[in-house]
Amino acid sequence: MSQRIADCFELAKKAGRKVLIPFITAGDPDPGWTVAVMHALAGAGADLIELGVPFSDPMADGPVIQLASERAIEKHVTLGTVLEMVKLFRQTDTDTPVVLMGYMNPVERYGNKRFPDHATIAGVDGLLLVDCPPQERDDLGVAMNDVGLDGICLVTPTTTRERVKDIAGVANGFIYYVSLKGITGAGQLDSSELREPIQQIREFSQLPVAVGFGIKNAEMAVNVAAHSDAVVMGSALVEALSVAKNSEEACSVATAFVAPVRESLDNMG
Amino acid sequence: MTENQPGLPDKRGHFGEFGGQFVSETLMHALDELQQAYGHWRKDEEFVQRMDEDLANYVGRPSPIYYAQRYSEAAAGAKIYLKREDLNHTGAHKINNTMGQGLLARYMGKKRVIAETGAGQHGVATATVAARLNQSCRVYMGDVDIQRQAINVFRMRLLGAEVTGVSAGSATLKDALNEAMRDWVGNVDDTFYIIGTVAGPHPYPEMVRDFNAVVGREARRQMLKLCDSLPDALVACVGGGSNAMGLFHPFLEDKNVKMFGVEAAGHGLESGQHAASLCAGRPGVLHGCRTYLLDDDAGQIRHTHSISAGLDYPGVGPEHAWLKETGRADYVAVTDEEALRAFHQLTRLEGIMPALESSHALAYGFKLAAGMRPDQRVLINLSGRGDKDVQTVAEIEGLSL
Repeated sequence: MSQRIADCFELAKKAGRKVLIPFITAGDPDPGWTVAVMHALAGAGADLIELGVPFSDPMADGPVIQLASERAIEKHVTLGTVLEMVKLFRQTDTDTPVVLMGYMNPVERYGNKRFPDHATIAGVDGLLLVDCPPQERDDLGVAMNDVGLDGICLVTPTTTRERVKDIAGVANGFIYYVSLKGITGAGQLDSSELREPIQQIREFSQLPVAVGFGIKNAEMAVNVAAHSDAVVMGSALVEALSVAKNSEEACSVATAFVAPVRESLDNMG
Repeated sequence: MTENQPGLPDKRGHFGEFGGQFVSETLMHALDELQQAYGHWRKDEEFVQRMDEDLANYVGRPSPIYYAQRYSEAAAGAKIYLKREDLNHTGAHKINNTMGQGLLARYMGKKRVIAETGAGQHGVATATVAARLNQSCRVYMGDVDIQRQAINVFRMRLLGAEVTGVSAGSATLKDALNEAMRDWVGNVDDTFYIIGTVAGPHPYPEMVRDFNAVVGREARRQMLKLCDSLPDALVACVGGGSNAMGLFHPFLEDKNVKMFGVEAAGHGLESGQHAASLCAGRPGVLHGCRTYLLDDDAGQIRHTHSISAGLDYPGVGPEHAWLKETGRADYVAVTDEEALRAFHQLTRLEGIMPALESSHALAYGFKLAAGMRPDQRVLINLSGRGDKDVQTVAEIEGLSL
């Protein structure tokens, strides 16, 4: 179990604060800027950072994150590079948890036993593999448990009650509720539909619940946070970052994106 | 129709270490639902009867076995027989599977079907069945493939399907599959995803195999009747591997029958420009299953090359990975050039124009037969007809039609 993730949610809970989780694709728009952007996100009020690992065939992602992945791959960003970025980030930030989000094949190629070890040494706290449901984790799952790398699990509107129970039994860190049927950045989110499924998760799990997919602005974040412990914002931020011309500009885009959401979340009352 | 097949996959869809369900959580319920529906309807008398009737009267089964005498004489070795899947309605084996899945979609109450396609054969076969069953149909196809298979694109549109181009990645079959998967995730309630090959998450590899196994069941019966014995070797091309699995599966217990899956070596395995995942790849995870695939050291899926759009895919069905691992089947590869030569040779010697996909099987089958005795028999799956490839062949020869 990751202490950093547990502490992050514990502290937020004590302070009555909603956990804000921005997602960026590692290495996009430029690998040299990612660590600076991570610091900017944390500085502007992000509590936990989700770092997307680029993959050539991101089946669960919409066009915005697909393109970000393609750009990062063109700039030779690999899973190894991503670990280097986290290591660098950890030199000056030892508190903000980092969760890697990606697909199975790059991890498998790195080595299902080797990867969790290297990841925790670099300072990664959790791993969310979109195309690897808990029952397929096998040796990877064992290796993750051994070193305390949290396996973040998804629950979606189509997940049956029975399965929520199974997932709750193996999840750690937090549970990520996918707020809509669809890919990242898609569709219209109706936050009133969140109440029941999140209640169902809480029936089976003590873990905090984060909600993501389709949350585009501060207003939506506030509506979602009324039901959850945390909100994840990805595509809208990745899109905003994509036009940045240099590291400084990317950092100010990141700050300008996160700060108002932070403020709105803190003023929810 | 489908018999209750013993053996693999196991309950979770694994063939040894291969297969499984590597999909996003949103699809898990849909896969469970599909697994249950397939398990139920495959044993339902009315469904089975309907399927058998459609295969006979609509698809035109059984497809004949043809002794290719002149082709055999040219090889000067074993006798070469062809399983004529090219004579099916829509011109390839693909309709066996789309007929089954289309009907299953109808029994499950899904009014919309989607599909991915490479060469366009699966797209056409899906659009055909959708037209007949009054289902709305969208087919995803890579932009590169849309270019090289223009006739099939038009056929799909004539049949009332919406063809959506995919420009992401390499703009070929794998990217079309990604896009179809994304569609399914977003429309999972009313949509049935008709996967065209024995890949993807469980239960697809099993279900697509079962629907295509009619090829092998017929062939087994026909060879026994025609020659009083089983063939010594089976040869079929392998992209995702549905025509090969359909032919191989009913022969798995016939230990004396050798099996050869023929992959696309493109410009040659050493060139790196090929689509031979079993011959030159390694195990990994792609499109919902663990299988052999072509990727780089960082685990990114590589762009592939083949003259034949239907074989131009960086993965392969997990059961083929299993058959390779256990040594039950051998996997080999032939180049674009060899396939093209076989295309011409069969056309001129037998008056049968094969698909470029099937031409890979023909090229290897010919070589294999040449090294065998005259009393032996090689059965090649002629999985599709070559009309759709005429344009491609003309271009290669510098002609414009």
